[in-house]
Amino acid sequence: MFPPVLLLAVVAVGTVPAAAALASARWPSRSPAAAILLWQALGLSWGLAAVGALAGLGAVHARWGVAGGALSGAIHALRHAALEPTADAMIAVARLAFLAAGAALLALLCWVLLAASATVLLARRRHRTLLSLLAHGDPKVPGALVVDSPAAAAYCVPGLRSRIVVSAGTLALLDAAELAAVLAHERAHLRARHDLVVLPFCALGRAFPRSRLVRQAHAAVALLVEMLADDCALRHRPARELATALLRVGVSAGQTPSGALAAVPVPDGETAARVARLLAPSPRLPALTSALICSAAGVLVAVPIVLLFLPV
Amino acid sequence: MKRLGELERAVMDVLWESAEPLTVRQVGASLTDRDLAHTTVMTVLDRLAKKGFARRQRDGRAWRYCAAEDQETYVTELMMYALDQTGDRSAALTSFARRVSDSEAQVLRRALESLGEIPRD
Repeated sequence: MFPPVLLLAVVAVGTVPAAAALASARWPSRSPAAAILLWQALGLSWGLAAVGALAGLGAVHARWGVAGGALSGAIHALRHAALEPTADAMIAVARLAFLAAGAALLALLCWVLLAASATVLLARRRHRTLLSLLAHGDPKVPGALVVDSPAAAAYCVPGLRSRIVVSAGTLALLDAAELAAVLAHERAHLRARHDLVVLPFCALGRAFPRSRLVRQAHAAVALLVEMLADDCALRHRPARELATALLRVGVSAGQTPSGALAAVPVPDGETAARVARLLAPSPRLPALTSALICSAAGVLVAVPIVLLFLPV
Repeated sequence: MKRLGELERAVMDVLWESAEPLTVRQVGASLTDRDLAHTTVMTVLDRLAKKGFARRQRDGRAWRYCAAEDQETYVTELMMYALDQTGDRSAALTSFARRVSDSEAQVLRRALESLGEIPRD
């Protein structure tokens, strides 16, 4: 066995406590962009390292590192398994099992990403069709669609044919300045395609539905993306408008009649955290710290890639 | 494409407003201001039926069309999805404010009052 496999395993195992530490860290709200980059790097690094470590255990020496070794390992194992069960053949079969496990993990990760994307695209298409049949424009919210419902909802449907939607309830709830703040927030989501940032974490949740850490990662990234959009909106609108808009919509959403509606557990404190951040902002992280975090993210991804193709 | 979407909406409005199933001719007659060909109305109704928004039934030699669900049902579907109450965590939409728990709503209400704002709801 060669050392890159061990290193890959160390990376795969090490990213887990690192992610747990990031989930409970306080600094991300002070620099959401850097924190998102770090979450992405941790996820990608874990995936590459875990697949690489499994494949590497099944690899034999080859010119192209773990990736090449895995391929020749598979060929080697198949050739030996065809012969009588000698000790050599048993090792070859064990190798084949590791290779299969690596391939299975890779396939699972690709599959959940595809499945999550398909679900999202279908749901959005249905939503857009319904909007085209039901929603209408309103001079109070230029560029947005209005749905005639008393519930307080404001959201966007991301995609190539994106939409911003505000319910009649929200129109009645917010004043003109607050509505402008909401629109600025939603436009920021659409422009930066924040949905694509959240999607892989959503997919990871499908692959590991019982993992608390994956749930935490998903919630953390979803919240950070909201904070990013809040920050964008602040460039055009005062913080107080956005904060009171959030408070009003939040209070109203807390009163949505349950009854027929499914009770989905809600992560507590997200809206309150955003309001607090708007009204009493902590200083942003120093540029040097942010730069360090971004380089750490780069290293996190580079290490497993290098290890995968490092010739031994 | 945009025109077709707009037509679908106009036709659905006719179906929603009608108490009973309508023939293609009746639907066309309700849209006189648009001056549509019979086949155009038929195409639009056919598309709506295929998408599941309209239902059609045989009446002698003609088809009669009605809305599959009333408007409120579709609005409820939109809002259930938007307010994150379907249990679907696919993140297809991005909401301005996530649904909050009762206790958080209390906290938010107090925060609004401390800002000197009256909670409107």
